[in-house]
Amino acid sequence: MSISVNEASDIQREISERSAPDYLDQLEAEAIYIMREVAGQFERPALLFSGGKDSITLVHLAKKAFAPGKIPFPLVHVDTGHNFIEAIEYRDELAEQINAKLIVRYVEDTIKAKGLKEQTGKNASRNWLQTFTLLDTIEEFEFDACIGGARRDEEKARAKERIFSFRDEFGQWDPKRQRPELWNLFNGRIQKGENVRVFPISNWTELDVWAYLKREGIALPSIYFAHERELILRDGKLLNNTPVIEPDPEDQIVTRQVRFRTVGDMTCTAAVESAAATLDEVIAEITISRISERGETRIDDQQTEAAMEDRKKGGYF
Amino acid sequence: MDLLRFITAGSVDDGKSTLIGRLLYDTKNILADQMEAIERASKTRNAGEIDLALLTDGLRSEREQGITIDVAYKYFQTPNRKFISIDAPGHIQYTRNMVTGASNADLAIILVDARHGVVEQTRRHSLIASMLGIPHVIVAVNKMDLVGNSEDAFLQIAKSYKELAEKLSIKDLTIIPVSALNGDNIVDRSESMTWYTGETLLSVLENVNVLKDQNQEDGRFAVQYVIRPQTDELHDYRGYAGRVQSGTFKKGDAIKVLPSERESKIAKIEFGGNEIQEASVLQSVTILLEDDIDISRGDTIVTVDNSPIVSQDIEALVCWMDDKKTLKPGNKYVLQHGTARSRCSIRDIEYQIDINSYEKLDEVEALKLNDVARIVLRTAQPIAYDPYQKNRANGAAILIDETSNVTVGACMIE
Repeated sequence: MSISVNEASDIQREISERSAPDYLDQLEAEAIYIMREVAGQFERPALLFSGGKDSITLVHLAKKAFAPGKIPFPLVHVDTGHNFIEAIEYRDELAEQINAKLIVRYVEDTIKAKGLKEQTGKNASRNWLQTFTLLDTIEEFEFDACIGGARRDEEKARAKERIFSFRDEFGQWDPKRQRPELWNLFNGRIQKGENVRVFPISNWTELDVWAYLKREGIALPSIYFAHERELILRDGKLLNNTPVIEPDPEDQIVTRQVRFRTVGDMTCTAAVESAAATLDEVIAEITISRISERGETRIDDQQTEAAMEDRKKGGYF
Repeated sequence: MDLLRFITAGSVDDGKSTLIGRLLYDTKNILADQMEAIERASKTRNAGEIDLALLTDGLRSEREQGITIDVAYKYFQTPNRKFISIDAPGHIQYTRNMVTGASNADLAIILVDARHGVVEQTRRHSLIASMLGIPHVIVAVNKMDLVGNSEDAFLQIAKSYKELAEKLSIKDLTIIPVSALNGDNIVDRSESMTWYTGETLLSVLENVNVLKDQNQEDGRFAVQYVIRPQTDELHDYRGYAGRVQSGTFKKGDAIKVLPSERESKIAKIEFGGNEIQEASVLQSVTILLEDDIDISRGDTIVTVDNSPIVSQDIEALVCWMDDKKTLKPGNKYVLQHGTARSRCSIRDIEYQIDINSYEKLDEVEALKLNDVARIVLRTAQPIAYDPYQKNRANGAAILIDETSNVTVGACMIE
């Protein structure tokens, strides 16, 4: 029996009317819409790229949003010098593969040029100093919008932040003076010198990102999957054994099978013990995990109850 | 599995944050470290009882004052659905925050304290839900344990709420007796209120059909961006990037571009660079036309036999959101509708609506923060709109202050 084209499309429509849309399609459509609003509303946008899974997801979404054209903005990386080598390699390969402009600025250079004082001692990190380099980079290239991969489920201050997050000329976020964000009408109007941070995957959860990476067949840096590594065991957390981490007398050096659940600076990102070597296995582990992503792996958020809120007020991502 | 966005409205004392905390807790969506953090924070604040409200209050000033100031989003899931919970403050001084949260909600949970019944703020929250066109409303009569789990008390409140709802346009209403503190009728059925045979709160959240709420009839596509690769292979490629706001578009459909009124046909629809046969509501796609016509960001592509209204004269309900300046006739703003922006001038405030009593107030000279009114405005360029109550996506607009660039008004075009 043959079905005519018309009948076939009728049947298709019936199916699409009956079955609810998939949440990943809904989230993807929203993120693409936001990316296009950035391209439509701003003159000099940029995509902040770290080599982590969230910004990898952003690049993939941007590719889809503007296909068959190129992504109409550069990728910008603020390199602390404390990044995982695997993430840096991935960054360079991806930029080349999609023929994107990659701008890298180094925290090391900012420290030297401006005589910034680095944190010292146990758990010293350049995390906060990134803000200086980021703001300088925004000024240098006159970026009016910076797309970032932050998600609202990550952290309680982020749960309050707008998708188009207005920053004043000092890059500061003021949680009490956020613009009302109604429907999907994003207001990106700013004065010269001000900028907007845009978070297209605000409404995605950690699990959504993993499910999407799997569905779309997106490759990730190898550190996201189980491997043997030499680590520093400190206060119950496993940190990469690297010279950029100041040693502490209490440290123990151990070798474990681990993967990284988030990829930030080596100084403030902990590994989790795991045998999950594939996307499916990682997703299975996260699904049953009883500890949140940042709680398990981030040292920077645990210093005070409002650590992220304070960093954002100071111009952080 | 699909996604439901719901807003919870209630005041400081109605137990709104506790209700969200309870939903997350009973659906096993609170993780161990988050629970420990709440336990730690609870100990420093009160007698040591775990305060589930601390889950949603994210900013330092909110935790200090024990209130929700801004809109907060929480994410959780059950085997049947994914949820985005939008937590907005309930006090009248934060009406704009509730309007903001309600603008993207498919469903509203309105909390009523069983001891007090329908009060002023219940009326206010219900009006906002109705005005923002939220299709489903659940009234959760909370703290039933404090009225002895009495069926009579519940029925009284349900009756007076239904009287109130008759004055509004609420399409789908469910009233549920609950105790957020004890978890009665939130996720699990109450053992103390066996007289209640209706659905639990979670059951309603999991089962409402939100697909039906979308406007499937009127083909509307606001152009966000024009994709022109200008490479050798794609020399003449012009793709119109946007999101289907309502209706469906198919290859071969006759379309019209507004406001220019030029007509053409859809040559191709693409998603991520691949051809697809049709695009339906909320899909972000790229449309290619058979004819080379001038289209840019701000234009709307519509199906040819079903046009929106194209006009420079607009009447709208507005919720005023500026805490510094008032809205007065003669004032000028930027109106953002879809992807179009146009300068506009306020011609008249027809009447203000008292959002507690629903009374119409005439001869109002200016609108202050949180005021709701019907206004008349004229735009510099024609706007292609549908009435908001018929088409949420193409009937919504915002007003932007031309000098501060702040979003100062939410408009529902009538």
